[in-house]
Amino acid sequence: MQSAIEVRDLTVAYRDHPVLWDIDLTVPAGVLMAIVGPNGAGKTTLIKAILGLVASAAGQVLILGKPYDKQRHIVGYVPQRGSVDWDFPTSVLDVVLMGLYGRLGWLRRPGRRERTQAMDALVQVGMEDLAARQISQLSGGQQQRVFLARALVQDADVYFMDEPLQGVDATTERAIIALLRELRSRGKTVLVVHHDLQTVPEYFDEIMLLNVRRIASGPVSEVFTAENLRLTYGGRIGFLKTPQSA
Amino acid sequence: MEVLTDYTLRTVALGALLLGAVSGALGSFAVLRKQSLLGDAISHAALPGIAIAFLLTGSKLPLVLMIGAALTGWLATLLVMQVTRNTRIKYDSALALMLSVFFGIGLVLLTVLQKMPYANQAGLDSFLFGQASSLVERDVVTMAFLGGIALVATGVLWKEFKLLSFDTDFGTSLGLPMRRLDITLTTLLVIAIVIGLQTVGVVLMSAMIIAAPAAARQWTDRLGIMVLLAMVFGAVSGVMGALFSAGTSRLPTGPTIVLCVTVIVIVSMVGAPKRGLLWRTVRQWRSGRRLRQSAVLMDLYALAGQHEEHEHPHALAVIEAMHPHTAQLRHKLLALAERGFVVQTGAAEWALTPAGVREAEQLLEGNGEIE
Repeated sequence: MQSAIEVRDLTVAYRDHPVLWDIDLTVPAGVLMAIVGPNGAGKTTLIKAILGLVASAAGQVLILGKPYDKQRHIVGYVPQRGSVDWDFPTSVLDVVLMGLYGRLGWLRRPGRRERTQAMDALVQVGMEDLAARQISQLSGGQQQRVFLARALVQDADVYFMDEPLQGVDATTERAIIALLRELRSRGKTVLVVHHDLQTVPEYFDEIMLLNVRRIASGPVSEVFTAENLRLTYGGRIGFLKTPQSA
Repeated sequence: MEVLTDYTLRTVALGALLLGAVSGALGSFAVLRKQSLLGDAISHAALPGIAIAFLLTGSKLPLVLMIGAALTGWLATLLVMQVTRNTRIKYDSALALMLSVFFGIGLVLLTVLQKMPYANQAGLDSFLFGQASSLVERDVVTMAFLGGIALVATGVLWKEFKLLSFDTDFGTSLGLPMRRLDITLTTLLVIAIVIGLQTVGVVLMSAMIIAAPAAARQWTDRLGIMVLLAMVFGAVSGVMGALFSAGTSRLPTGPTIVLCVTVIVIVSMVGAPKRGLLWRTVRQWRSGRRLRQSAVLMDLYALAGQHEEHEHPHALAVIEAMHPHTAQLRHKLLALAERGFVVQTGAAEWALTPAGVREAEQLLEGNGEIE
């Protein structure tokens, strides 16, 4: 079966300092995959480099077998919540509609059909009652769900999500995970930057351990081991219960 | 209405209206993109362009001078971007650097020009602080033409500019050419600044870019309305300032316009609903009062929990015992009664109403009515 994401030799450097070093990554289609690693490991940079948002010194990215540049229309992106100014004068519905700007093309404004699609996405994340709300009045979890809804209207095949569970409450976390599983059941592939090691086996099928280099990647059952975690985080992770030590 | 009949006044007012509206519109995007000071750098950097354009052509045609101004303004922006990208100098330092260097060159050139044996170089120094009365019809026609282009382009690229201002990376991920859109929007900002220079002057033109949008932001949470309001605020202060200064000889227009727009900014900062200082103070005071009322309501609810029916009345003394630090407990109970949550059942006895029980339960779930 064709892999959803294929990254070869991806290297990113800031000045002379490598941030990502020769990354190879294969993500099978239809899985939820977590990227984990310590702070400064390059998790966000990896996603941004794959999406062409930061310049890479070398490397190739294939999405469903074709170069990323030709596949942008089937790729969805959920940036970190803190990457935008939530005091921007716009409404929840308006932000979700932005997910359709690429498909709308020049000169066309979102019309009734687009608004219906955006409302559908808001229903999926349980935010339909807040469609008209100014975005500065949202809680952290609500901001996160608005970003998810914006990605949902893209109706992409491959999703990149940067810490979608960062700073959300337990209820929202469950809702978001349910949504990711729903995406998986529709055959979508989701690559998620994730922080909480404890929930990795419960939430994800595959995992990539990253610390500037790729330490390991593959099915959680094979790769999520104490040894790999030690290699990724150094000696600072002794308290964690892994399948082997538990 | 002198404005409608007097030719000079009408020209001046029309020019000021145009520059206020155009800079308000493009300034809104600059302010939202946290590039307020870029406008300042561009306008200061325009000064050498004006001098050089005159030196090369000997012409004071508005279009010629504006092109010169735009070119050096653009060059400064480009240099700011290059310096930020390729050196360790930060954005704000790069801006300040270009602003002062270009402005310095401009001042030197202007001084040199004054001493040259040209017949018609007089008046170029009015670009420092602006001189509305120097506007003639062909100036206004040029301003209208360039301003029209800037406004139409903003309308055409509206949703792209909105996305650029809110979330550039997401736009890139959609496959939109965000870099080119960035360059386009910055170019339009340069145009907006350049058409205002003759009237407002290079020193204070940035006020037209920043002040009106900042005031407009106070009144609305929608981008479209914000841009329209900023255009109106810019136009109004432009016209008022230009008329004041044109009516008084040698009163520079820039500072006068800035004083007008400052009044609008102060009124907006203080008086605007929701975001204004006044409104926020009142709201804080009211939500504090609500919170203290809710505390009393919750205590009544806790007391009622010890009885079969929630509407069981309790003596004031019992409630007071739970609130040793609450002054004027009676006032809070009366206020709650006004909202229909409690009812006085005896001389000093109070009980929850069914509505009060519901409110208490909602508060417990954390989605009660807290403003």
